Amino acid sequence: METQTIVQEIGEITGESEKAPIVEVSGSVALLEALIVEGVDTIFGYPGGAIMPIYDALFDYKEKLNHILVRHEQGGIHAGQGYARTSGKVGVVFATSGPGATNLVTGLADAQIDSTPLVCITGQVFAHLLGTDAFQETDVINITTPVTKWNYQVTDANEIPEVIAKAFYIAKSGRPGPVLIDITKNAQIQLFNYKGYTPCNHIRSYRPKPIVRMQYIEEAAALINAAKKPFILWGQGVILGSAEQEFKTFVEKSGIPAAWTILGAGAIPTDHPLNVGMLGMHGNYGPNVLTNECDVLIAIGMRFDDRVTGRLDKYAKQAKVIHLDIDPAEIDKNVKSTVPVWGDCKETLPLLTAAIQQKQHTEWLAKFNEYTRQEVEQVIEPELNPTSLEMTMGEVIKQLNEITKGEAVIVTDVGQHQMVACRYAQFNNTRSNVTSGGLGTMGFALPAAIGAKFGAQNRTVVAIIGDGGFQMTCQELGTIMQCGIDVKIIILNNRFLGMVRQWQELFNSRRYSFVDIQSPDFVALAAAYRIPGKVINDRKDLPSALNEMLSNKGSFLLEVMVTKENNVFPMVPQGCSVSEIRLK
Amino acid sequence: MSEDIEKQEFNITVYTENQIGLLNRIAIIFTRRKINIDSLNTSPSEIESIHRFNIVINESEDVVRKLTRQIEKQVEVLKCYYHTNEDVIWQEMALYKVSTDVIAEKVSVERLLRENGARVVVLRKDYTVFETTGHREETDNLISILQPYGLIEFVRSARVAIIKDSDGFNRKLREFERLEPGEDVIENEYLNQGQKVFTM
Repeated sequence: METQTIVQEIGEITGESEKAPIVEVSGSVALLEALIVEGVDTIFGYPGGAIMPIYDALFDYKEKLNHILVRHEQGGIHAGQGYARTSGKVGVVFATSGPGATNLVTGLADAQIDSTPLVCITGQVFAHLLGTDAFQETDVINITTPVTKWNYQVTDANEIPEVIAKAFYIAKSGRPGPVLIDITKNAQIQLFNYKGYTPCNHIRSYRPKPIVRMQYIEEAAALINAAKKPFILWGQGVILGSAEQEFKTFVEKSGIPAAWTILGAGAIPTDHPLNVGMLGMHGNYGPNVLTNECDVLIAIGMRFDDRVTGRLDKYAKQAKVIHLDIDPAEIDKNVKSTVPVWGDCKETLPLLTAAIQQKQHTEWLAKFNEYTRQEVEQVIEPELNPTSLEMTMGEVIKQLNEITKGEAVIVTDVGQHQMVACRYAQFNNTRSNVTSGGLGTMGFALPAAIGAKFGAQNRTVVAIIGDGGFQMTCQELGTIMQCGIDVKIIILNNRFLGMVRQWQELFNSRRYSFVDIQSPDFVALAAAYRIPGKVINDRKDLPSALNEMLSNKGSFLLEVMVTKENNVFPMVPQGCSVSEIRLK
Repeated sequence: MSEDIEKQEFNITVYTENQIGLLNRIAIIFTRRKINIDSLNTSPSEIESIHRFNIVINESEDVVRKLTRQIEKQVEVLKCYYHTNEDVIWQEMALYKVSTDVIAEKVSVERLLRENGARVVVLRKDYTVFETTGHREETDNLISILQPYGLIEFVRSARVAIIKDSDGFNRKLREFERLEPGEDVIENEYLNQGQKVFTM
């Protein structure tokens, strides 16, 4: 086997005498050493009984590993996700056994469905207590199996270096995802002969990337070259594969209009002439309608989520579909592809670009622009430049764009404000849109913004949150206070659980069932955490308040009172085809 | 491949590492979609350290194809195939416990057992255990035959199946152990002659 030969070769080159000295260390120290070799600089975590030996070891690693004490493990894992999204690195999270571990579950599910690389370390009771219903014992491996890419329980310190190496390799390679390693307390304490740490680059049962097949590249290129009305849909795969440049080159050479899923936002700038907007339930008018008119649909690093496709049996039936994806299980899962282009889009896109003709699709692009004109007139203009007395969410985003010039990282929660922010925020750069796409986790934004700031320390991070979602994880204001984290928080307060209210208005005859939510004085709440804040009711105060927030040294909370019963449009009602999208 | 809406029995063969928790990881792929596993067997394979799952479900080919991709996606799964009953040689084993007195008294019972290929595993004063091996209908058949004579206990094993057109996993495993596996073990391979078996 290859590994044996490598070991033999190293032995021959180095000779017995030059071998690294074997030192005796604890499992906890081996874990922290592994994190350092993996390039980890920040850990989000919360201590507890079963993870105490790791925290004791961490006390001596304070200079090398920056541990952020969160206020709840869910906050810890969302921070890890935010960090991973902006930095492109693996987010690392610590939690204790039992409730600490179960509090990670929402974040794991979120990271799993949004392909976010995480390594979560949970403490576990002593191995001899497993299965005895010991204090704070829970079967975390079985609880997290459906929501992790991989998980493993360590009961012997000797396993730690190899298992952590596998964890990082699995989390970040191929289609990324969360990995959870559960370490029993005895393994954390146990001293063992530590032979150093070697990162993993191969697991025989795991193939992160399918091999690129030239036959499919050629078939795809032939379809693209013959297409009259081709249309590109791109998703987060472009960002996860660091293929933004390759993607831009492909789009520009092909001259094909391109639209994005919410997790794909920012892979090419919002104002790129071929960027025709957002897909899906609250996406733009043209991209939705013209999905059912194009002749070739080129899907890149996206998974045809039901919020993107609407009714599947009426989705792009006229089109030949080319699907580029690194995960073979995504091909033909929801939409049958004509040509499956298996592989990492960083590799497949340049091959495809080389094989296609340089083209412009002026008339076809003009069709998108015509739909944009209608959408601007009926939806966008009233949202961004309202004549109403009360402010809209959209005009807040528009003002924010004007001040940040599209350079900020925008972190959103879930609901109406999320859709508005994703629709109207300007993104000049990749890794600028952090949101909970697949799972739709309310409470995501505040902790994710904390992590996003650590992942992109030189950038402005603005969290845009609804009044409902903010109250799910607002205790993380404590983390912001204690660690002095510079996160700008905008609460768009409509005194409603707005998205549910919108559905109740449209589909349940205005029966507003438990969506009328009261909030505390958010500014006073921030003040309790020594975070400055302001609330505004009047449009004329908006620019100065935003400027005050952005120029403030450190975090700031701005609460904007917006109109109560505004709806997000356009909208593809559930069960309808994308071409049945409504403007009002 | 044409969409086959008709449900039928499929044999799913999974080559895996021997890892605690993997059985659960594979099982939840079915339970999440509310699909019943009719039969599940885990055993060693032709290669030391590599395990082999045989899973039988009753589903449409389209669903089975998606399931196999989800299974193969699991980190510790090397390869996953699916086949119809025609594509595999399969057997199930059954044990029947009958009162020894009844067999001793009724000569016809002994004849019936012999006709159905049953072999005696244990013979005691109070009871006798018979064993048959075969397809479902064959083992089922003997139940109905023995029922009138007081079948005390019955149990049937999971199905084990050998793929007719497979040349084993040894060569493929060698490819997997390389950093850059060759093309023939990767996606879209056609395991059967003529009939495309679309695996990852």
